[in-house]
Amino acid sequence: MKRRAFLALLVASAAWADEPAPRVIPIKARKFEFTPSELELKLGEPVVLEFTTEDVHMGFDAPALGLHADIVPERVARVPFTPRKEGSFEFACDVFCGSGHEEMGGVIIVRA
Amino acid sequence: MQGIDRRQFLKVAGLGGLVFASGLARGADTTSAQDEFFFVQLSDTHWGFRGAPNPDAAGTLPKAIAAVNALDPQPDFIVFTGDLTHTTDDPAERRKRMAQFRDLIGGLRTRQIRLMPGEHDASLDNGEAFKEFFGATHYSFDHKGVHFIALDNVSDPKGAIGDEQLQWLKSDLATQKPQARIVVLTHRPLFPLYPQWDWATKDGERAIAALMPHQNVTVFYGHIHQEHHFKTAHIEHHAARSLIFPQPAPGSVPKRAPVAWDPAHPYRGLGFRQIEAERDEYKLSELPVLKV
Repeated sequence: MKRRAFLALLVASAAWADEPAPRVIPIKARKFEFTPSELELKLGEPVVLEFTTEDVHMGFDAPALGLHADIVPERVARVPFTPRKEGSFEFACDVFCGSGHEEMGGVIIVRA
Repeated sequence: MQGIDRRQFLKVAGLGGLVFASGLARGADTTSAQDEFFFVQLSDTHWGFRGAPNPDAAGTLPKAIAAVNALDPQPDFIVFTGDLTHTTDDPAERRKRMAQFRDLIGGLRTRQIRLMPGEHDASLDNGEAFKEFFGATHYSFDHKGVHFIALDNVSDPKGAIGDEQLQWLKSDLATQKPQARIVVLTHRPLFPLYPQWDWATKDGERAIAALMPHQNVTVFYGHIHQEHHFKTAHIEHHAARSLIFPQPAPGSVPKRAPVAWDPAHPYRGLGFRQIEAERDEYKLSELPVLKV
């Protein structure tokens, strides 16, 4: 490997090593609520939303953020996300899960 | 996408409701004067619901049926655009509610009735009980020069139409001339009205794309429990009021929840729609459950 390319690789590796691991936020879904249903995130902070369901097939949909996950029983749905704009963004369950489905949602609040 | 300027169309009608005139494109295969007709759209009856948002849940549908029966003349046919019953996890209870609903609508004077499911009827069992009681969840029919298409965007609990039905839609549309008058009946909005509240169809844009080459398409739907008018290009989309409780305007409140029952104005925000198919337009009249 040429000297210049080797140095570039070293610099890139150092930058990667300095980046903190994304904060993992576990979110439980069950009829008919997400827990927690309100998430406060910091602008630019990478996170991983980890969804599990305690009963039936659910969905997570935050259309204004372009985030979506199928939440299937006995699996963990991981949604990596780095907030790039401030504000409050609604999310909802988008897989019909019974009477009360319409009220199943929450909000992601992104602050600077 | 664009909203429709309701000020251009609305005027007070003599029936205690409002009239919305929806024009057709020039060159439409319009019906002759003797073929003009009207039909009635009822939606979101949620039979089986119990709760504070409607203390007369068991009485509202019978009152609406009485109001439809009082129309003179009677409509050519009646459509119910989904959520006939309120959902339940119990398959036996679901069938009981469907049987009761079937018996109730047996009291309608107009015997030509077209039904389609909402997510409350069909999403927990992929439409199984609905089909047992009421037949196919998607179909088409013709009436006096208008081609009607009922689309099912609820049997999939994710709120999608699905590849198979979309292929059927394309085949059905292939039988129609570009200027044919087409009415689509469905439950969820085909366009993304407010996906944050699940007021959308996952693959609705594919249905709209299939409809786009047709010049005279009008969509009547339910799901959002309020009157709403919208256009995607030349295609008009009209949501009907519910017969159980109203919902707030899209995004108008932090959390979607039924509009509270107002004892001073019972049944406010509930109602049904009369649609007159005239030579070059549809006239929509929004009618209340009870005349004030």
